[in-house]
Order: sequence, then structure tokens, then C-alpha cells
Amino acid sequence: MKKHSRWRLGAKRVAVTAVTGLAVSALLAGCATSSPASPTSAPAFSQSDIDKALDQETTITIWTWATTLTGIVEAFEKEHPKITVNVVNVGTGAAHYTKLENALKAGSGAPDLATVEYSVLPQFALGGDLVDLNTFGYGDLEDEFTPSVWNSTNVNGGLYELPHNAGPMALFYNKTVFDQFGIDVPTTWAEYADAAKKIHAADPTVYLAADNGDAGFTTSMLWAAGSKPFQTTGTEDVTIDMSDEGAQKFTDFYSPLIEDGLLAPLAGFSNEWYQGLANGKIATLATGAWMAGSLKSGVPTGAGQWRVAPLPVYEKGDTASAMNGGGGYAMLNQGSEQNQLVSAAFLKYMEAGPGVQLSIDAGQFPATTADLQSDAFLNKTNDYFGGQEINKVFAQSAADVVPGWQYLPYQSYANSVFGDTAGQAYIGKTTLADGLTAWGDQLVTFGNQQGFTVK
Amino acid sequence: MATATTEKTTSARAVAMKKQDAASAPLPKSSRRRNPMERRPSRLLTAGMVLLLLYSVLPLFWLVVNSTKTQGALFSSFGLWFSGPFALFDNIQQVFTYGDGVFARWLANTFLYVVVGAGGATFLATLAGYGLAKFDFPGKKGAFAVVIAAIAVPGSALAVPTFLLFSQLGLTNTPWSVMIPSLVTPFGLFLMWSYARESIPDELVEAARMDGAGEFRTFFTISLRLLAPGIVSVLLLEIVGTWNNYFLPLIMLSDPQWYPLTVGLNQWSEQANTAGGEAVFNLVITGSLITIVPIIVAFLFLQRFWQSGLAAGSVKQ
Repeated sequence: MKKHSRWRLGAKRVAVTAVTGLAVSALLAGCATSSPASPTSAPAFSQSDIDKALDQETTITIWTWATTLTGIVEAFEKEHPKITVNVVNVGTGAAHYTKLENALKAGSGAPDLATVEYSVLPQFALGGDLVDLNTFGYGDLEDEFTPSVWNSTNVNGGLYELPHNAGPMALFYNKTVFDQFGIDVPTTWAEYADAAKKIHAADPTVYLAADNGDAGFTTSMLWAAGSKPFQTTGTEDVTIDMSDEGAQKFTDFYSPLIEDGLLAPLAGFSNEWYQGLANGKIATLATGAWMAGSLKSGVPTGAGQWRVAPLPVYEKGDTASAMNGGGGYAMLNQGSEQNQLVSAAFLKYMEAGPGVQLSIDAGQFPATTADLQSDAFLNKTNDYFGGQEINKVFAQSAADVVPGWQYLPYQSYANSVFGDTAGQAYIGKTTLADGLTAWGDQLVTFGNQQGFTVK
Repeated sequence: MATATTEKTTSARAVAMKKQDAASAPLPKSSRRRNPMERRPSRLLTAGMVLLLLYSVLPLFWLVVNSTKTQGALFSSFGLWFSGPFALFDNIQQVFTYGDGVFARWLANTFLYVVVGAGGATFLATLAGYGLAKFDFPGKKGAFAVVIAAIAVPGSALAVPTFLLFSQLGLTNTPWSVMIPSLVTPFGLFLMWSYARESIPDELVEAARMDGAGEFRTFFTISLRLLAPGIVSVLLLEIVGTWNNYFLPLIMLSDPQWYPLTVGLNQWSEQANTAGGEAVFNLVITGSLITIVPIIVAFLFLQRFWQSGLAAGSVKQ
């Protein structure tokens, strides 16, 4: 799952800005008044409480744009005939979060569970709108998940999600195009830059990659380079640093690609972007494991052409990767106790029970260690990728994720102003390093205005 | 060889003679006098019109062509011609079954919003326009000024205040939040006002009163019939407006069960904009094609009324 979708309709942008503006201020206002549950809280409910709740006629509502939940819901309802799980798609990405923020602001109308991507989770968790899952003793499930995703679900000592999927990064490349131009699969970012030059020189209509300034991609690349631009301690103290060593490694490698016009100036997931992937004009994608499913459904004609390689690194022999996208289901605190207990049961069923296998079957990349290490998962061949065992690459990447990364407690705002600051580098108005600094400066100002202490 | 040459010369001569005949023969009367209605077509104008025609028909053509393609063929083939397997019927079937058949629900919602919203708006505009045109009452000028001023305010500008208002009333996320704002149409009112003024002679209304008909009876049995072309014009405008309404339902509704087609189709389109969602461009395109069919039918069915409605009062009889 990606951080934010792109808004192409002007009218819609107005709507979103207007409504988000209200919602964000409300959210952050709420931040000051309510404090999250204490990190050491003992479980308030036991398994028998949950079992009792499952014995009463209850309907719970889930907001998600994922279309892969149907099987899990059917299986759960079969096991618990008195429970109805109502899956509602209220919008994708930013639209979804806007609706969620509006319902939270209104004080009613929020669902019991909702998709909240890891990058947006701190925002909702620190706002005090989510139920700390330690209440149900779910902190004990830690060992079942990979450390990098478990870390993403824990904010300021509270557990606000069970991980649903993960987006360990890898390099997707079009083998047919690589063969045609005689390009070797890059293992370092320096080789990657050479390949970008070579491919574009051979045919100016072909690019190694497309990027017109994507906050989600940039933050993931910073992560993989070992940069830690955002650090939050407690609920209010935020540090922003856009020029640490990792950030410099990234800008040194990436700036020349932008300045020499070696990146197709296309927005990810736009029609032109899909077309570029389909007709071989965009040769690689450095992105999360979920792209395997997106490629298959969005570009079915590419079957057999694409392969997956480990994400390149800065020094030969290094192992460094990052997450891009991914998320879980958070529990909103508007529901009754009965609904919360039933939601907790469904959450566990979905993320740490029989639902996990159903999710994997539906194409989700698992966050559970047992599945990531199982032979059945690792040895599974994928016909779209020419019979390659792609899960091996992703699982290795998940293990190589650089620890210690954090997103901002107002990441969706940060992503929304990326284009005005760092994004200016992509149209030649500034350098990438200066653009990132400008982005950081704006985030410091905004954070302080919103009641955080930002340095 | 010789014969062939002779034949050629004779035929050439024959043509020349014919030309001469034509030149010397008197022209038919009608074409000698320049009739302003039968001016020679200007090539420049024709070319301009063809360009405009292409400009307006091309998107429609694109829509028809691409709704016959599969998701795979959409991005790997030339956009303006058919390619790959002919998947139109398959696409239509998928449109109605995808997401538990939610498209049919959106279609029904849209019809509901159009019938109640556009129908109600037309009814209210007719009553109010007629009232303003045919009755004298204190504050009439003021009321009329308010209506004229309201035309200048675009609906989109009112959407957010309307949302906040409806949110206070607890009506957001219900079909009422889409239908009630659609009931007000200042432009429709203005159109009905001007039409009622032109098409209903005061003498006729007075005659009806003299014969003892009440105001409502006069309105429903006499005036309404005279107003029919105007009503159809307003109705058509309102149907198109409500059918295409996007912004208001977008911010009012969060339950997809109440979405109209515009918002629903966009939600499908958005799915492809993010990972974890499913790209269903073929369904978005085919769904759009299905969406414009009813509006085309409505236009073909009602346009003759509309034409006569717009021409009313433009020529002195």
C-alpha cells in the first residue's frame, strides 16, 4: 500500500484541501487534550471476554480500499455465525484518511476497524483516536512478526495495529528491455546510475525509471540509505534533519539522474505510467513487494517480461533495504466495548490466525515471520515473473531493512507539501539537497504551529 | 492506333462543345439571383466545423473503442483503434458483477437523485417562476434580485458550507444530503420566469379567473400546458446537471451504497492510483460508457421540446 494517491482533478483537490484542513486542525487539537494509554497498561480484557462477545449478534464495520478481504470475512463469519463483518470502501489513500478524520472530528460515524498505513499510523495514534491493542494483551504477539513491521505498529509505547502486510523494497526490472539494450542488473546504486545513462542514450524514449517527485519513494530511499530524518520522542518532541550522512549518500547518487533528465517525468500510478510499464518505456521500479500484485493486475501484458532483483546498495557487499508502503488495521475508539471485543477477535483472526494464509493467497506480502521463513512461501514460483521465486528476494529484503526508521506524526501533511519543496528539484528549480532542506524547514514550522516541539 | 486517336479527339471536342453550350445557355432563374440562404459554403468555415466536430466526437469515439478492450490491451495498444480480443460484453458483465454488483446500485441511486432532485427542482422552479411572472406582491423585486444574484454563485462554492450545514443537521451520508440541495435551481427559476412571462397572456389568466377558476386550477389546467416547452428545457438542464453532479455527493457521502455513478466510477479509477488497490481501468471505461447512455437517450427524447423552448419569444409573430 502506498502513502498517498495522486489527485488529478482540480475540483477534487479543492474539496480535499478544504475538508482536510478542518480535519487536520481538529486532529491535532485533539492531540493536546487526550493522552494515549500508558505503555505499561496490563490487558483489560481476556480471551474469555472476547469469546463471550463473539456469542452475541454483532455487526462490525471495516473501512478499507483493499479488495482482498472478502475471503477472510467469509471464513470468519462462518466460524462465528452471530457476527457480521461489513467491509466498506470509502475511498483510496488520501480520500480514505480524509473520511476517517472527518468521522473522528464529528465524534461519530467512524468504523470499528480501518486500514491505516504504517506511514500514517503515528498521526492517528498520537491523536488519541485509536485503541491500544495492549488492552487485549496483543503485545504478546510480537514474536510472530518481523521486527521492522512490528516497530511500525508501536507508537510511543502503545500498540495500535497488528501488521497486515509489508512492503520490503526490491528492484523490479523488465528483462526483455534489459536484454534488448544489453544492460546488466545493477547491484549498486552507481551501477544503477550507469544503466540509466546507457539505456537513455541508446533510445531517448526509454528510461530506466520514472519519478517526478514522490514523497513515499524518497522517504523509503532515505531509509535504505541509513538516513533518519524524522524522530519523535514522547508525544510532542520531534526532530527533523534532512541532511544527515544517509541523506547525503542518497542525494549524491540521485541528483545527477534528475539533473541529466534520466528519469521519465511521470507520476507513479498515472495512466501514462502504466502505459510506460506496458510498452517497455520504463524499465525498472524500485519499490515495495506489493508491486508484484499491482504489476500483474495493472499490466497483464507484461507477463513473462518482468523479474525481481534485490534493491541496489551504496557499497558492494552491503545489505541495506527499506520498507515502502504497507500497513495494518487500526481500531477506532468510537465503538462500544462489545464492538471493540469483536473487532479485536477479527483482527487476531486476520493477522495472526487462519486469515494470514488467506491474505497470502489473495496476494498480500506477509508480515509474519513464520510465513516469511516457510518453504512453501519461499519456494513459490511466480508465472508472471517468468517462474522466478520472487518471495526469496523479498524475504531477504525484509530481513535487511535498516532499523530505527520513524515517520512524522503529521506525515500525510508532509507528503502533501513535498511537491512544493523537494519536488521543485524535479523541474529544475532547485537541487535535490536544497529541496529536501526546504521540505524539512517547512515541516519544522508546521509542526511547531500544530503544538509539537520541533527542532 | 489511328482510330484511338480519332476517338480521343472527337470525345474531347464533344466535351468542349458541351461546355460552350452550357456557357451560352441561359442560367436557370433561381441560381442567377443570389439567394442569401444559398451562399456557397466557405472552405475555411467547413474546415473549422470539421475540426470542432472531431474535437467533440473524438472523446466519445475513444470511449467506445476502449470499452471493447481488456485491461491488458488498454495500455499496450493504440488508443484510437480497436485492438486485442473484443471484450465489450465481457466488460459490461464485469461492470455489473464487480464489487458485489455495486454498479447497479449506483445506477439506481443516480436515477433516484435525478427523479427526486431534477424533478423536484423543475417543479419548484416552475411554481416560483410562474408566481414571480404573473403575480404582484410586496417584495417581488427583492425576491427576484436575490434569485438573479444566486445564479452568479457557482454550486461548487456552496458545497463546503452546505456540507457543514447538513453536518449540523445530521443529514450527511444520507441520500437527502444530495437530493435537498439539488432542489434549488436559481437559473431554472429565472428561465421559467422569463418563459412564463412570454408564453402566458395575462388576458388568458384573467379570463380563467373571470370564469371562476381558482389560482391553482388556473395553474394546473391552463398555464402548465402553455409552459410545457419551458418545463422540459429546465427539466433537461436539471437532469444533465444532477446526473453529472460530482462534487456535492463526493463530500456529502461516505457510504458507497449511496454513491451516484460519478463518485462511484471515480472510486474505481482511484483504486489503480495506489498499491494494494486493484487496477480496473477497463471497468472504469466501460462503466463510463454505460453511464452516458441514459443521458443520450434523455437528450434525444426531449431535445425537440428544448429547441422550441429556447426559440420562444425570439421572433415577433
